Amino acid sequence: MAMDLLALAIILGAIVVCVVPLGSYMARVFTGERVFLTPLVAPVERAWCRLLGTSPERGQDWKAYAKSVVGFSLASWLLLYVILRTQTIHPWNPENFHSGTWDVTFNTVSSFVTNTNWQYYGGETTMTYFSQMAGLTVQNFASAAVGIAVAIAVIRGLANRSGRSYIGNFWVDLFRATAYVLVPISVVIAIVLVSQGVLQTLGGYVTLKGLAGAQQTLALGPVASQEVIKELGTNGGGFFNVNSSMPFENANGLTNALEIWLILLIPAALTATYGRMVGSRRQGWAIFAAMGVLFLASVAIVFFAERHATPAQQFAGILHSSGNMEGKEVRFGTAGSALWAAVTTVTSCGAVNAAFESLTALGGISPFSGLSVSEVVFGGVGSGLYVMLIFVILAVFIGGLMVGRTPEFLGKKIEAREMKLATLTVLVTPLAVLITAGVAVASKYGAPSVYAEGPQGFSESLYAYLSQANNNGSAFAGYTGYYQPQPGNIGAHGITFADLLGGLTMLGARFLPMLLVLAVAGSLTAKRAIPASAGTLRTDTPTFVVLLIGVVLLLGALTFFPAILLGPVVQALTNRLF
Amino acid sequence: MRQYLRPAALAIVLATLVLGIAYPLLITGVAKVAFPGKADGSLVKVGGRAVGSSLLAQAFTKPVLGPNGKPKVDSDGNPVTEPDPRYFQPRPSVTGYNPAGTYFSNRGPNSAVAAYAFRANMRAYLALEKPYDPSLTAATVPVDGVTTSASGVDPHISPANARVQAYRIASQRGIPRSEVLKLIDQNTDGRSLGVLGMPGVNVLKLNLALDAKAPTS
Repeated sequence: MAMDLLALAIILGAIVVCVVPLGSYMARVFTGERVFLTPLVAPVERAWCRLLGTSPERGQDWKAYAKSVVGFSLASWLLLYVILRTQTIHPWNPENFHSGTWDVTFNTVSSFVTNTNWQYYGGETTMTYFSQMAGLTVQNFASAAVGIAVAIAVIRGLANRSGRSYIGNFWVDLFRATAYVLVPISVVIAIVLVSQGVLQTLGGYVTLKGLAGAQQTLALGPVASQEVIKELGTNGGGFFNVNSSMPFENANGLTNALEIWLILLIPAALTATYGRMVGSRRQGWAIFAAMGVLFLASVAIVFFAERHATPAQQFAGILHSSGNMEGKEVRFGTAGSALWAAVTTVTSCGAVNAAFESLTALGGISPFSGLSVSEVVFGGVGSGLYVMLIFVILAVFIGGLMVGRTPEFLGKKIEAREMKLATLTVLVTPLAVLITAGVAVASKYGAPSVYAEGPQGFSESLYAYLSQANNNGSAFAGYTGYYQPQPGNIGAHGITFADLLGGLTMLGARFLPMLLVLAVAGSLTAKRAIPASAGTLRTDTPTFVVLLIGVVLLLGALTFFPAILLGPVVQALTNRLF
Repeated sequence: MRQYLRPAALAIVLATLVLGIAYPLLITGVAKVAFPGKADGSLVKVGGRAVGSSLLAQAFTKPVLGPNGKPKVDSDGNPVTEPDPRYFQPRPSVTGYNPAGTYFSNRGPNSAVAAYAFRANMRAYLALEKPYDPSLTAATVPVDGVTTSASGVDPHISPANARVQAYRIASQRGIPRSEVLKLIDQNTDGRSLGVLGMPGVNVLKLNLALDAKAPTS
């Protein structure tokens, strides 16, 4: 226990010390200041701009920025679809895999382009190495870079004092997020992961005869290069079906800690980028603090819950005081799995190193709550910050109402238009979740699992759409929208209904809020800043942090409390077996 | 919109070439040179022949013989196996230790299916170990020995689990239990950097060491 807490402190400490250096670095990168990589990357950037016919000096207003985002995502979607549907002609296809069907591919493509990485396919049983590299790895980078770019554009909208309506240039931001931030970190850490045993090879699968004579086939592949960006970009799509619980993806306690660190790194550091770009580091720390408090609460719930055996385990005579090791790996233990579970669900990562389905009922509340607060507790790379800034605007508005002042944020007046857009932004995702989960539970695919498994059956359906709508990608994988793998049929896949409903949910819940947030930025950017006065509600004080936490929790609770009561809470209140 | 689609198409094609081809190949090249064994699956070789990966569990079983002296087969025609008592046993696996078709057990905390599976695992564990360690009860069986791992190929068992199995191994191999405990210590992967993760006993490495120390026919 003491050792577990020490490990926890080390990992979280390693993130905190990186917030300012990486945050400032990103701020310099996106404002075009010189950094240590500039001599290397600047010539490439010039070539990139020339090819694309743009330049850093050419600013875009929010509409042009949004159209660029949509255009790029559309092109990404189409290319990835083509790649995944032409597997038979791929190079690097040692197992001669065929392409997935159109419905699973629709889901997978939507999933990777939206930074969700929900998986209705098993990587090592259906994907060629070429698909994993040229298809999925690329979107791991691209969707993360889009998120960062949009967050930076929104920050510019808040920080802009020029009176002009520009919020940056998407093509340049996309390039800089990739070349200055994602690629350098990925290259270094990928090598470290390989040094610990994470795979990186293009060789075909190996079949061998074990020590006691049992035959075993080892799936191999270029894993480390994808693993690193899977975490760094809060993507979460595993090379293997069992994701980061696979020793070939996550070999020991060190890789586990490194991968947790990678997941939180950019979302945490972006708060400092924000602080620096709006000219007040305190603003960044205030948001960091609000996120940090909510995060620690989530960690605590699952950390302590998983130290106990479940009712099903107690049925077999296992003591309640035993840790819940079902669906967990010995090398991570319950602590390393619990920390991961909290980290991967407050961010929009969704990679897992343990089976969420097998968490204790109480521990399962942690992933649910991480998703219910719209992934603003660090959140996805970029998306966590830009949605949190919308919550800040809401909090400013509510605070303004309380003190009877016109709300303003960083000197910019918050008026009816911004409030309408902000409210829509925070309502899109919850609405998408509740409607799709409702449809799924009522459908012939969802209802039987509720009858068969009780509250857990409901949790599975709810979590499936909560996860996809929040672009997370983790799962209570017993969900019945998915053909369960079993011996003799390991090539499991989603059913058409779930593929389509999930795919549309991911696309809608990624791009609608993104466009709305860009509209808010566009509306704020040209506003004249008014100097702060004694009546201004300050957004960098502990009081405001508390207010912000309150707003986030209130909205999450009002939306999801009834649904979560029906699932994990009921489950936690009974020892009955279903 | 067309003015956005041209750069979009160019951008994603360039990204695919650089991030999808060049970058993974670069990492593969560096890995091949710097960490050849680890990049290729950490294979363990005995006499030049690969017998497994030190990062993956494998089955240590033997065929069950039918009344006619031939290996028994189940209704699907697959041979029936049972744990080979001469070897340390890895954790239970729903996939049959298959690293090329992985999946979770997906059993909820209040799942009756899970409860009966745990009970079956518990009975199997006690049936295998209790003859050698009469004091063993359900309450003292290490929890990792009766629950399935996440990956289905968890290469480790807890040190407590290994110490229980040491009674059986000592008896089967005809060596003192203290020798077995020493081998367990030598094949325990500690916490990374002394603090990260949990210590685990690597079953394949331990069984290899056991074969070297006290070979069986």
